[in-house]
Amino acid sequence: MDETLTLGMDVGSTTSKCLILRGGKDIVASALIPAGTGTSGPRRALEEALGRAGLTREDMASITATGYGRATFPGADYVVSELSCHALGAHALDGEAKTVIDIGGQDAKVLRLGPEGTLGSFLMNDKCAAGTGRFLEVMARVLERDVSDLAEMDAQAADIVPISSTCTVFAESEVISQLAKGADLNDLVKGIHRSVAVRTASLVRRLGVEAPVAMTGGVAQNAGVVRALEKELGTSIRVSPLAQLAGALGAAVYGWRKRRDTE
Amino acid sequence: MSEEKKNAKTVLRELQDKIAQDAWDAKNRGEKVGWCASNFPQEITTAMGIPVVYPENMGAAVGAKGGGQRMCEHAEGMGYSGDLCSYARINFAYADLKECPELEIPFPDFLLCCNNICNCMIKWYENLALELDIPLILIDIPHLEGEECDEDRVKYIRAQFDDCIARLEAITGKKMDYGRLREVMEISQRSSRAWLRAVGTMENIPSPFSGFDIFNNMAVACVGRGTVEAAEAFELLADEYEALAKEGKSSFKGEEKYRILFEGIACWANLRTTYKALQSRGINLTATVYGPAFSFLYQNLDELMAAYALVPNCNCFERELELRVRDGLKNKVDGAVFHMNRSCKKWSGNLYEMERQFREKTGVPTVVFDGDQSDPRCFSEAQYETRIEALTEIMELRKGANRDA
Repeated sequence: MDETLTLGMDVGSTTSKCLILRGGKDIVASALIPAGTGTSGPRRALEEALGRAGLTREDMASITATGYGRATFPGADYVVSELSCHALGAHALDGEAKTVIDIGGQDAKVLRLGPEGTLGSFLMNDKCAAGTGRFLEVMARVLERDVSDLAEMDAQAADIVPISSTCTVFAESEVISQLAKGADLNDLVKGIHRSVAVRTASLVRRLGVEAPVAMTGGVAQNAGVVRALEKELGTSIRVSPLAQLAGALGAAVYGWRKRRDTE
Repeated sequence: MSEEKKNAKTVLRELQDKIAQDAWDAKNRGEKVGWCASNFPQEITTAMGIPVVYPENMGAAVGAKGGGQRMCEHAEGMGYSGDLCSYARINFAYADLKECPELEIPFPDFLLCCNNICNCMIKWYENLALELDIPLILIDIPHLEGEECDEDRVKYIRAQFDDCIARLEAITGKKMDYGRLREVMEISQRSSRAWLRAVGTMENIPSPFSGFDIFNNMAVACVGRGTVEAAEAFELLADEYEALAKEGKSSFKGEEKYRILFEGIACWANLRTTYKALQSRGINLTATVYGPAFSFLYQNLDELMAAYALVPNCNCFERELELRVRDGLKNKVDGAVFHMNRSCKKWSGNLYEMERQFREKTGVPTVVFDGDQSDPRCFSEAQYETRIEALTEIMELRKGANRDA
């Protein structure tokens, strides 16, 4: 039995995720801290995951850092882009996935998986934050709700209020003016989700929709966005309960494979 | 050091400085000087001995020297939209301020515009003509939708060419010598052939030079290709590259692990960052549309007219794509980097589709990044790094898979 322990550290723009893997497939422990690069988040995520597993850094065969703050994470054996890690992580969560949509804090990416979950090709959002996790955070704040409430509100919507997806600031103004007109909050949330979905769907179509499609990243937790995307793309989307940890999982898999390939 | 021992890089840099100085000297002597679009038929002004300078080159240089943002912000303060081309904004700011610490060019007495690389440029030059109250001469080149530049089109361009000469004679008092024009046409051919020979060496593995050098060398290809000095400098450059290629050597720093096509104008304000992210990973640029873009091959005046309609930006999407795919395959690229340069409407308008079809036709991985030719506010280093890193990981995987196969 392969007892090799590898650690994946995903230092995102808004959250830090850490995951410890045994033998390249069994998750020993994980931690998610809602603070990203440049904060205490990465250190706390690392300590929390190690603490839960009752292990130390020295027990790890390798540490692989990924995510927006990957280059500044101290002591990493490997530094790998989040695109490769999300591909590997999505494959580890769902071995059949061909296309992966990852919407993180400040970018959206679409990945086409190659053999064994390797990165085949990818597209990312352009310079605008519309269609990313940050967009949803801004909207939730305007609605005086927590971002985690949005999925449930969407489910309660009876109608949809269309919201532009051109620009976060423009969309924010639209939401404010709709609020002033007395629009239903749930219908507004559904409109916000569709706006994210429309923008993401155009990125997916540019790469080509190849089923099965899986979704990873923090926004995958929002069932409202997932439903809206399914509708836009005309295909079902698979979401693992561990979707937000896909980057860290992929990083741990990467470290394990490096060891396997060099032995 | 004797003149003969200078390398091409030095000769080209000195020549660029000399061309700039010649324009200043002419201006100071009281001669009429023009501002000129980069793909205007330079044969006219070179043959007539009329000094012209290039606002596009100034825009690139000011961007590279760190003045792009300040000048763009000044233009925006004047009321120009931030969505306009940053070369145009820098130029509008310079026309207003009449000074620019990074680089100055003599003020114009007339304007020469040619829309074969950009139709928006007409509005830029019309605006300058109004602001500076000077004459504008436009050569309108018909866009080719897949057809050849036929006789009617040649006549249409030729009529404007002849009219331009007559108007320049009136403005400057200098007469066109048609014997001299033929001579300049021949010299321009020498330059073009040498330029093509130089960039053609990128086919070799490794390429004998760092592809980013093209961005520097093309300045002379643009402004001086009708001069003997430029022809000789490009012949020297081609000889140097061929000699390196023959020995399997390269001036690219480090091992050339991967070869890419770089699509679009360089990010002048972020040139070092964009270059280092590639060079540090062993990625060399071995294909760019700037290879063929400054080669104008013709045998006579009518063919000269057609040559100016065959520049890449004056042709339909399918031809543009074919050119990139052909160069990418010929120069054996492992991947491609597409610059979403929103300054350039011509280039950014079809970039996503260009990327998609290039990826499908060549089978190589591609990446798109946001940037700008001279406005650094449109570029994010972290976003660029992530994309290049992921592209490298894919290229590495594919090379590994090929090795294992």
